[in-house]
Amino acid sequence: MATGPIDIVAKKTPSGIVHKIKGLSDRTIAWIFVAPTIFLLLAVNIFPLIWTIRLSFTNYRVNRPNRDVEWIGLRNYERILSDADIWNTMQATAHFLIWTIIIQVLIGFALAYLINKKFKGNDLWTTIIVFPMMLSPAVVGNFWTFLYQPQIGLFNYVVTFFTRGNPADFSMIGDVHLAPWAIVIADTWMWTPFVMLICLAGLRSIPDSIYEAAECDRASKWRQFWTITIPMVLPFLMLAVLFRGIENFKMFDLVVQLTGGGPGNTTTLTSIDLKREAFEKWRTGYSSAYAVILFVTVFGLASIYVKALNKVKER
Amino acid sequence: MSFSVTDPTKNTKWFAGILVVAYAILTIMPLLWIIATGFKSPADSIAYPPVVVFEPTLEGYVNLFTDRTRATEKMIQEAGPPKTWYDIIARERGTVISGPSRYGERFLNSIIIGFGSTALCMVLGTMAAYAFSRFKVPLKDDLLFFILSTRMMPPIAVAIPIFLMFRNLGLNDTHLGMILLYTAVNLSLSVWLLKGFIDEIPIEYEEAALIDGYTRFQAFYKVVLPQAATGIASTAIFCLIFAWNEYAFAVLLTSGTAQTAPPFIPNIIGVNGKDWPAVAAGATIFLVPVMVFTVLLRKHLLRGITFGAVRK
Repeated sequence: MATGPIDIVAKKTPSGIVHKIKGLSDRTIAWIFVAPTIFLLLAVNIFPLIWTIRLSFTNYRVNRPNRDVEWIGLRNYERILSDADIWNTMQATAHFLIWTIIIQVLIGFALAYLINKKFKGNDLWTTIIVFPMMLSPAVVGNFWTFLYQPQIGLFNYVVTFFTRGNPADFSMIGDVHLAPWAIVIADTWMWTPFVMLICLAGLRSIPDSIYEAAECDRASKWRQFWTITIPMVLPFLMLAVLFRGIENFKMFDLVVQLTGGGPGNTTTLTSIDLKREAFEKWRTGYSSAYAVILFVTVFGLASIYVKALNKVKER
Repeated sequence: MSFSVTDPTKNTKWFAGILVVAYAILTIMPLLWIIATGFKSPADSIAYPPVVVFEPTLEGYVNLFTDRTRATEKMIQEAGPPKTWYDIIARERGTVISGPSRYGERFLNSIIIGFGSTALCMVLGTMAAYAFSRFKVPLKDDLLFFILSTRMMPPIAVAIPIFLMFRNLGLNDTHLGMILLYTAVNLSLSVWLLKGFIDEIPIEYEEAALIDGYTRFQAFYKVVLPQAATGIASTAIFCLIFAWNEYAFAVLLTSGTAQTAPPFIPNIIGVNGKDWPAVAAGATIFLVPVMVFTVLLRKHLLRGITFGAVRK
């Protein structure tokens, strides 16, 4: 508010009077307003994070409070990074992450492109498409197990109806090859609208005049699509991928309800694995190190990605 | 009628419309199926092939809200004839209602914790957002980024120390603990969204108010708050939905008194194993309010889900 009228008035009034008019000074008010938020976030986020880092260098176990806590340096980290099981869960997570993003971007963009053709009633249908995204992932995961039930599940029935397979033999979440796809399908059902909405905003941000100019230059529709539409929507699309990437890296509720990490360890994503280590095996020190590794990974990847995103935006 | 070279042709519109409607129907099917399953009898719910036309019953809802025991001859004689419509439904299955189930409590917990954390989050969030929008706060960008980054942490990763901290403070499995936790989780969203909404209010209104002799506080709640009402309302709905839907912290930090509905619904078990109509009924009651809110929010949906990064 450098040039607002109040400053002009303020300059002409003795400072004592200004203080009486304003009550507390702006600086004090700013601090009073911001402090509770920062304090709560420090208490519930930063303090626990520092505590996690400290625990990660120890062999502490929550279920054995009387045992002496030893400082074991980096041994937890060494054990995690040399553990083959953890690399398996990382692979499961990567499979989930990559395929959900690819499929959701393709379908989401296509839907947005079609909705942007402004046919009658597109608002209504958009709202219907958006529903799954707002629902509780745990409850969604739970009812997808119902849809995936062998024989009685609607999904399995439809699939075996079209493939003429034997419904008793077909199981999505009981099969080691299909289970990783079962979670991809449920996540896609839920989150495609998210990508769609962001793409739609991108498409709507392109001014008509650009296309009109391209028409005048006799550029083909195909060329317009690749040289105008795609580059203009790209920053939006990348933002959608960032959000989906972070969310799905953290993925816990939907998948734990849907498959519980099984069969075997085929759908044990890192969050599920971490939960087992921390709250079932109670290896607190070890799982703290695990948590730190995950946090550094997601933060690192996100920072690199945001840099790339900013470069695309600048173009 | 004016024609523009960039307008889609009629055929294109039809083609696009049909594809989108097809997707919408496909995507709404699982939801309709769950809602329908809530009104099926247990036998209909697991019938093969799946039944589309069935005789609706409220058995799922009765089973959801009550605990039942298998009735012996003696018990039926002692209890006498069924008194209420839900008694009749239970008796038809050879069971006697022994009391209310825990679903009611869990649902109430969801409401208390959801609304409690939303209210707190809005108070703190509006204040912080106003300060970030209007004042020179030292390290403003760093603080805003810090607030956003708290959202990136996997809940399970911070759950270990929060679990320990809550245990030491006696906050495990309490409403207060969950309200504080969900408030902290949602603060990043509310600060970022509200800052965007407040940024859009012309600063001249407040300046006029200040010249008229309002104090900063008065200008804040008499001028800015009414102007930001729509933004505050939609942010509140977002916070409410996120708190309502949260599962990871709820399942780790609550087990009894403060447990919310999401960890409870999947564990509803009937007399003969998994009671799908009751699970579906529980899911329906839990999900339908969110769908209503989604319709109310549709104008601000995009803004909410992207933390204000994309505005229409």
